Amino acid sequence: MSFDRRKFIKIAGLTTIVTLTGKPVFDAIAADSPLNVSTEPNRLTAKRWAMAVNTKKCLEKEGCTDCITACHHIHNVPDFGNPKDEVKWIWHEKYENAFLDQENEYMEEKLKDKPVLVFCNHCDNPPCVRVCPTQATFRREDGIVMMDWHRCIGCRYCVAACPYGSRSFNWRDPRPFIKEIVPDFPTRTRGVVEKCTFCDERLAIGLQPACVEACKEKALVFGDLEDPKSEIRELLKANFSIRRKPALGTQPEVYYIV
Amino acid sequence: MYDAGKIITGIIIFLVLMTSPFWLNIASGKGSYKPEIKIATEEKQCVADTDYMKAAHMDLIYEWRDQVVRNEKRIYTSSNGKTYNMSLTKTCMNCHSNKSEFCDRCHSYVGVTPYCWDCHVEPKEVVQ
Repeated sequence: MSFDRRKFIKIAGLTTIVTLTGKPVFDAIAADSPLNVSTEPNRLTAKRWAMAVNTKKCLEKEGCTDCITACHHIHNVPDFGNPKDEVKWIWHEKYENAFLDQENEYMEEKLKDKPVLVFCNHCDNPPCVRVCPTQATFRREDGIVMMDWHRCIGCRYCVAACPYGSRSFNWRDPRPFIKEIVPDFPTRTRGVVEKCTFCDERLAIGLQPACVEACKEKALVFGDLEDPKSEIRELLKANFSIRRKPALGTQPEVYYIV
Repeated sequence: MYDAGKIITGIIIFLVLMTSPFWLNIASGKGSYKPEIKIATEEKQCVADTDYMKAAHMDLIYEWRDQVVRNEKRIYTSSNGKTYNMSLTKTCMNCHSNKSEFCDRCHSYVGVTPYCWDCHVEPKEVVQ
């Protein structure tokens, strides 16, 4: 086969044209969704969602687990009955363990050994999002650290990266361990990581997160941090609050009033 | 070629055995078998044309999934202007509540095993 200069220049020219025009053409085809889609009209929106936990109110009723029960019920969170396989979205942690860097040798009596409500902090600088190789977990513009369970490959990088233990891995098939399956919400499968999503599915239809709604003491306040008139901002303005492990620089968005 | 007769006979026997299921099905009249699906709803119109849904419902569902989970868009407007909640369990399976007679029939015919229902909860079917 002869390959003369004429043929070479032809092929080189053609390659250049395809390379230069290919990308814009591809982008135009692959651009937006071909479907006519829109957001829910009465969804709750914010610039930066955050939660405040009023620990004084939270401790009022001893042994109360209303928020935990409500959350784990509507999200089909399994109960394996042993700490090794445990899957949890919201749970109690001893004060000393929740706030490791706040522990004093002589602690205030009313806080020592007392349970603190902990869940995903929806960090502004989330380490789980940075390490996720498939972008299955991502930060939404409104600050919610979301999970796309369809994309999770179960590598557990995020579990290792999260300094708050907010992420649980399904080591076993969770379905047989869900007491009562709520059909409106999916379960997870073996090999998928799960965590609190600030009830994105409830915000979308104009409802507050399930834990906030379930708390009779009104110890949980959910709102927009960028809105100076929001209830959460008023609360943070009037009270001293702490956050979990702030020195790590993750900028957690769950505030504790102690 | 040595032993050409044996080799060619062997190849022919192998091919006949390999393709025997096809011949047997054609001989018994099952060659033109098509799965029959039951539609369990009174609704006249799906979210898109039947032909499109038959060929590309998986593309539509994948697009719905990405829009809902990643873009916070939950409402779909069909070509005739009707709006739907983009949800497999609340919209699709509200009409097609008979998974075993609708989804499964075609899926098992073409030999695909979608993992939608590994997580999404299918409606309980009434045993007839």
